[in-house]
Amino acid sequence: MASRVVAIIMGAAVLAAILLPLGAVWSASDGLVRPTADDWASIRFTVYQASLSAVISVGLAIPVARALFYRHFWGRDVVVMLMGAPFILPVIVAVLGLISVFGQNGLVNGVLGYFGVKTVSIYGLQGILLAHVFFNLPLATRMVLAAWGAIPTERLRLAQSLGLSGLALFRIIEAPMLLRVIPAAFAVIFVICLSSFAVALTLGGGPKATTLELAIYQAFRFDFDLGKAASLGMIQLGLAGSAAVALTLIGVRTDLGQGLDRPVLRIGDPVWRIILDVFHIMWAAAFLLVPLGMVMAYGLWGISSLGGDVWIAAGRSILMALASTVLCLGIALCLMHKWGEVIGSLGIAISPLVLGTGVFLMLRKIGNPFEYALVVTLCVNALMALPFVLRILRPAAEDTRAHYGRLAQSLGLSPWAWVRWVLVPRMARTLGFAAGLVAALAMGDLGVIALFGTAEHATLPLKLYQLMGAYRMSQAAAAAVLLVGISLGLFWLFERLGRRYA
Amino acid sequence: MKHLTLAAGLLAATSVVAETPVLSIYAPDYFTSEWGPGPAIEQAFEATCACDLEFSAGDVLPRLMLEGSSTNADIVIGLNTDVTKKARETGLFAAHGQNNADLDLPIAWADDVFLPFDWAYVSFVYDETRLATAPSGFEDLVNLPEGSKIVIQDPRSSISGLALVLWVKAVYGDQAEAYWARLAPKILTVTKGWSEAYGLFTSGEADVVLSFNTSPAYHIAAESDLTKKAAIFDEGHYAFFELVAKVAGTDQPELADQFMSFVMSDAFQSLIPETNWSYPAAQPASAWPAVFADLPMPDKAIFYDDVTAAQLRDEAIAEWRRALSQ
Repeated sequence: MASRVVAIIMGAAVLAAILLPLGAVWSASDGLVRPTADDWASIRFTVYQASLSAVISVGLAIPVARALFYRHFWGRDVVVMLMGAPFILPVIVAVLGLISVFGQNGLVNGVLGYFGVKTVSIYGLQGILLAHVFFNLPLATRMVLAAWGAIPTERLRLAQSLGLSGLALFRIIEAPMLLRVIPAAFAVIFVICLSSFAVALTLGGGPKATTLELAIYQAFRFDFDLGKAASLGMIQLGLAGSAAVALTLIGVRTDLGQGLDRPVLRIGDPVWRIILDVFHIMWAAAFLLVPLGMVMAYGLWGISSLGGDVWIAAGRSILMALASTVLCLGIALCLMHKWGEVIGSLGIAISPLVLGTGVFLMLRKIGNPFEYALVVTLCVNALMALPFVLRILRPAAEDTRAHYGRLAQSLGLSPWAWVRWVLVPRMARTLGFAAGLVAALAMGDLGVIALFGTAEHATLPLKLYQLMGAYRMSQAAAAAVLLVGISLGLFWLFERLGRRYA
Repeated sequence: MKHLTLAAGLLAATSVVAETPVLSIYAPDYFTSEWGPGPAIEQAFEATCACDLEFSAGDVLPRLMLEGSSTNADIVIGLNTDVTKKARETGLFAAHGQNNADLDLPIAWADDVFLPFDWAYVSFVYDETRLATAPSGFEDLVNLPEGSKIVIQDPRSSISGLALVLWVKAVYGDQAEAYWARLAPKILTVTKGWSEAYGLFTSGEADVVLSFNTSPAYHIAAESDLTKKAAIFDEGHYAFFELVAKVAGTDQPELADQFMSFVMSDAFQSLIPETNWSYPAAQPASAWPAVFADLPMPDKAIFYDDVTAAQLRDEAIAEWRRALSQ
């Protein structure tokens, strides 16, 4: 009962944190505005590219996750972790990394040119999809991999001893598991891609690739048309919200049963299966790691040239990332139910610009908004990571409740004992992964600091952009390496902690 | 006892701070960063004013529009002529109080509210190791060698992108849309802001980038790299001014006036070239650092005042969008 009250209060708070700023922008405007024909074109294009990006990302993630689950090799954990890195890269860095591989003078065209093949252009819809898959394949893979890992090993062993393989194994065990995870993965990636702006424009090759977020940006920056910004912000929220609701409702809730966490035995896979799995791991690793490697190789030597201010900004970013992590996990643990997940999804559905401006307008009523810059950034970071954390934690939490709840009740475990002896140990791995993800995301997020930022509060991503703005491209690359290094370090640390307690 | 002394000390400290007047200046992020002119300007002004200069970084104009008359800003710096019409109409700004005749600009300056503190010509910058002949006009861009590509900024999200669209409009008038359609095959892509475009250029992805004629000065002065050049067009170049203005409702009017005078002084003007990589607005070319004085310049400056820019803007952007969406 008490937990339900907490859930409702927290749900309402998160909803308010999203809707109130939108309302504040609306009420400061001269009223909502009807979108123009150009806006509708942008909306159609936004939905189109986001759907395609989500379908491709999830589609490719399935064979990759499967291969990573069944194939055990030396360094697998490191590969899995590094493959998660693109998800947390700052946009501008990722784009430059992709271009160094797929651009006009990139590696791919270099190789093609060697064989006399004409230059292949990255710019266009293909570029947008390439970038969105680059960003989101890691997330989709991790989500699907986690779902594979949630299949009780007893089931797989039983399937083995019954001689189930190939199609039968897929139909009876893997397909129900996939049906459960795919809608969730699709929804979250669709919503992320809805708010794409700089990536879509740069790799889309021009105004053909105009997205909703660009129209919102234009309304704020050049037209000061709050009514238009609020209208478009509502459309964006509506699109994302309906996707989240629909996919949460149709998401099939299958219980895969309970197990005793024995290791999977995997013998007797046909050779073609092994070769196929190796192929999937190889292409995914190459696709995700080569652009990352190019960024690192370009920036690594410049790290020593970074000034003290950059290091201080890095320290500040780390502290903020840790605080965001605590806050986000706290909120998430109160929202472990279906509607919590829907509400949580809206955290990335609202345009950061609308959110930032709305919060700014609200804070002005109580004082100087800049005095709250760090707190606001913290809350926004937590809010934006919430959708991912909920998607990761909820299945594990529900399984634990379903499998051990009755036992705990019959033993008369106090709520504290339940959390301490059952919930946390059962969820430690997932919690570690979720915490690592929030910390890494918060590290790389420019977020609303750009609107609120003052010189004393500069974070590492802001410094990176400042360096670029001051022609210092190679130092910016070094700052990017530092950022990626710290993000991955935090991610690794939290995952490690999670495993220690598992 | 110790605590009491500490508390008393803290109280004393705050009262000292409270007595120092604070001049609050809204400025863009690139301006206040440690690599921009902000820190040096702050130091130089505080040495003369017995005050505390506080920069507040961010999107200057949107923030000011949101705050309206209750803004804390005393001065706003880093605006641009193409978007000041809306700012002027708010009535939030006071006269700048300086003598426009003291400015040294390629055009006559008549605005008594917005005061330019630096300027440059919007230009296409190229790498001479990748482009053998320098383009000398817009038609040369269309006829760049096979495979050479240009990267520009989006006029809907970038101020330099907007300046380009107005520049093309000034040169081609009714034929602007047709020109964009002819140029389209040469445009590699369009970016959100200047940094992304310039990053594509320096990483070798594009051969030509929309920037400023003063950009090569950075490469010469900081990197001893002489290969980055600004293409000088016979048609003339759009002049880009960065502006400073005094907020009418300031609670520090004397300090604000003092700062406006400081902007026109040599102390301020000499800081500009090698921190903001642009020409100072109130110094003759003879006072510029050699690397700036040696930069090639166009013969003719093209410029729209903010009223004309605002009138042309929507149409010019629509033409650009149509032509590039084909």
